[in-house]
Amino acid sequence: MSLYNHPLKAKEFVRNDERMHWHDKALWFVREKRDLASKSIPEWEKLRTYAAQIKSHTMANLDKYLLEFEANAKKRGIKVHFAKDAKEHNEIVYKILKENRVEKVVKSKSMLTEECRLNPFLEKRGIEVVDTDLGERIVQLRKETPSHIVLPAIHLKKEDVAKTFHEKIGTDEDNSDPSYLTNAARENLRQKFLNAQAGITGVNFAVAKTGGVVVCTNEGNADMGATLPKLHIACMGIEKIIPRAEDLGVFTRLLARSATGQPITSYTSHFHSSVENGEMHIVIVDNKRTPFLQSNSYKNALNCIRCGACMNTCPVYRRSGGHSYDYVIPGPIGSTLGSFRDPKIYKTLSFACSLCGSCSNVCPVKIDLDSQLYTHRQDLREKNIISNKKRVTMQFAVWLMNRPLLFSFISKLARKTIPLLPKAVIYNKYNIWGKHRDIPQMPAKSFKEIYKEEFKND
Amino acid sequence: MKVGLFIPCFMNELYPKSCVATLKLLKKFDLDVEYPMQQTCCGQAMANSGCSKDMKSLAYKFVDTFKKYDYIVAPSASCVTMVKEHYEPFFHYNEDYNKVKVSIYEVCEFLHDVLKIEKLNVKFPYKVGLHNSCHGHRTLRLGSASELNIPYNNKLKNLLNLVEEIEIIELQREDECCGFGGTFSVSEEDISIAMGKDRIADHLNSKAEVITGADMSCLMHMEGIIKRDKKPLRVMHITEILAGEF
Ligand code: SF4
Repeated sequence: MSLYNHPLKAKEFVRNDERMHWHDKALWFVREKRDLASKSIPEWEKLRTYAAQIKSHTMANLDKYLLEFEANAKKRGIKVHFAKDAKEHNEIVYKILKENRVEKVVKSKSMLTEECRLNPFLEKRGIEVVDTDLGERIVQLRKETPSHIVLPAIHLKKEDVAKTFHEKIGTDEDNSDPSYLTNAARENLRQKFLNAQAGITGVNFAVAKTGGVVVCTNEGNADMGATLPKLHIACMGIEKIIPRAEDLGVFTRLLARSATGQPITSYTSHFHSSVENGEMHIVIVDNKRTPFLQSNSYKNALNCIRCGACMNTCPVYRRSGGHSYDYVIPGPIGSTLGSFRDPKIYKTLSFACSLCGSCSNVCPVKIDLDSQLYTHRQDLREKNIISNKKRVTMQFAVWLMNRPLLFSFISKLARKTIPLLPKAVIYNKYNIWGKHRDIPQMPAKSFKEIYKEEFKND
Repeated sequence: MKVGLFIPCFMNELYPKSCVATLKLLKKFDLDVEYPMQQTCCGQAMANSGCSKDMKSLAYKFVDTFKKYDYIVAPSASCVTMVKEHYEPFFHYNEDYNKVKVSIYEVCEFLHDVLKIEKLNVKFPYKVGLHNSCHGHRTLRLGSASELNIPYNNKLKNLLNLVEEIEIIELQREDECCGFGGTFSVSEEDISIAMGKDRIADHLNSKAEVITGADMSCLMHMEGIIKRDKKPLRVMHITEILAGEF
């Protein structure tokens, strides 16, 4: 079992105070842009309600819509594949590539392929995979994972990027000018696009009624990847379906505004068939999604449209960075998805949250993120995954609280003795509260005592 | 109208001054206020740690203690949230709980929405920063959450504005969490401290002399950091300002 532990990883990130604050401010800036954009639409809250309703309706009838989508996509000459898990997904993709004798692939916009760990799978089989979104390209060159779903390299400063590019694609070491670096990356990627024999993209929305898929990007590289090579493979989770093209507007209006504060993404591309003489495939993956549909507490988590707003607003994410979650999707939504899928491994994630509730209010599809995290904690206790120490402490606290007189007595004792103790005794290594905080000053009397003496007979 | 005063366990022991202020504040409005002596704790800390199953008995005890009152009022938004939002699984269609659930109020909410007070007759000649604690702000909706596109309102500010000579300062981040979060403050200590420091810095940069709010637990966390770091800021529960008890 992995020893994954959010507080420890967070500690590492916080240690560099300057970088932590830089990260916090960068994301808060995006959150503020999102606020302005969302407040520019009077019907914003109504849109959120529609979006939540459309998604919940679709998820409740997912079998029907998936079949409708498949039938309509096939009519358009698109080949549709279903995969039950990551392994099957990767094998299907590999088979298609092999049949087409593909050695070089360009990829864009897909957290799903991250989830399925497609890159290493294909690379092991001799296929070159190049991530073409700038942020994803940067983390790929550094052999890291994305730390945010919309801003995959937000944990890096431009100087870090300059260093990476210098080492990997030979840019000038001291030049960290963003446009210089972007141009260099573009130059480098152009060649990759021209040489690629296949493009893999993600999917933001799959429309059941039309059998087409929609991909939203800001760099236009998904379009290049899907149209330059003859072969286009679009990979999606089963939850990406929406019923009709008419529903799309609700989501595109919410998505870009929530993600980056833009009114709309620069490219909202619709793919309804392959390029001339080419092939288009869609791989639809379950990979542990159906259990969500059966869970009353967590099913809303599948409604997520991956805007990243919950991360930008989360005070814990902003200060601990995406890698501290150690799950393919970080932040509040990642914590709930991860905790549900692998409660043992991710047992610290639902506690990496102060339950402030900002995520649920920012979420464009109204996912009840903070209450899901609260419920996960109860489930961990139920499954006996929380530490014994914590359980016993809490049980003792309840036992004590059920004995008001004893509790009052112990508290009184504490109030009388603590002020007499030397500092070194109070601030010891077991007093985690007191490492960076003073403990409250002990009053002479409790309210209960004062009430009895002064107010009771008022 | 008979009002049952609910005082959170830690406030009873550590912050009696704010509790007295709450009581005096309520008495000012000629209410029949009673503090039931057998009360202890709402069970929030246990439930937030995942042990709601273990604190069921506290929920029963709470409902039993407070069911007879017309209103239940508490100087703690997060404890009110606990009772209102998280007791549900223990009580299925239970009349007593349903009554408690709708009659429990955070004290400011009670003054603002039930008593609809318009005058306080107190002065507080200081620059005050309001900490909108998350449970009060986002769950009880004491103020409009900055994430939402709804008309701005803030019940705590409306009440503070009844105080004479007070100056309420503007913060950079109106409703950012202070990082207390119950046992979060210990289990995620590093993040908790970082959040607390940032929250305090926001108040200092805005030239506040006092931080106030409706949750003593958040204030206790920030007070702990302020004292350790020797920052020039005072921390006061909002009832102390509203009652003129300071
Ligand atoms: S949970 Fe909501 S806010 Fe978070 S990424 Fe998904 S849609 Fe966006």
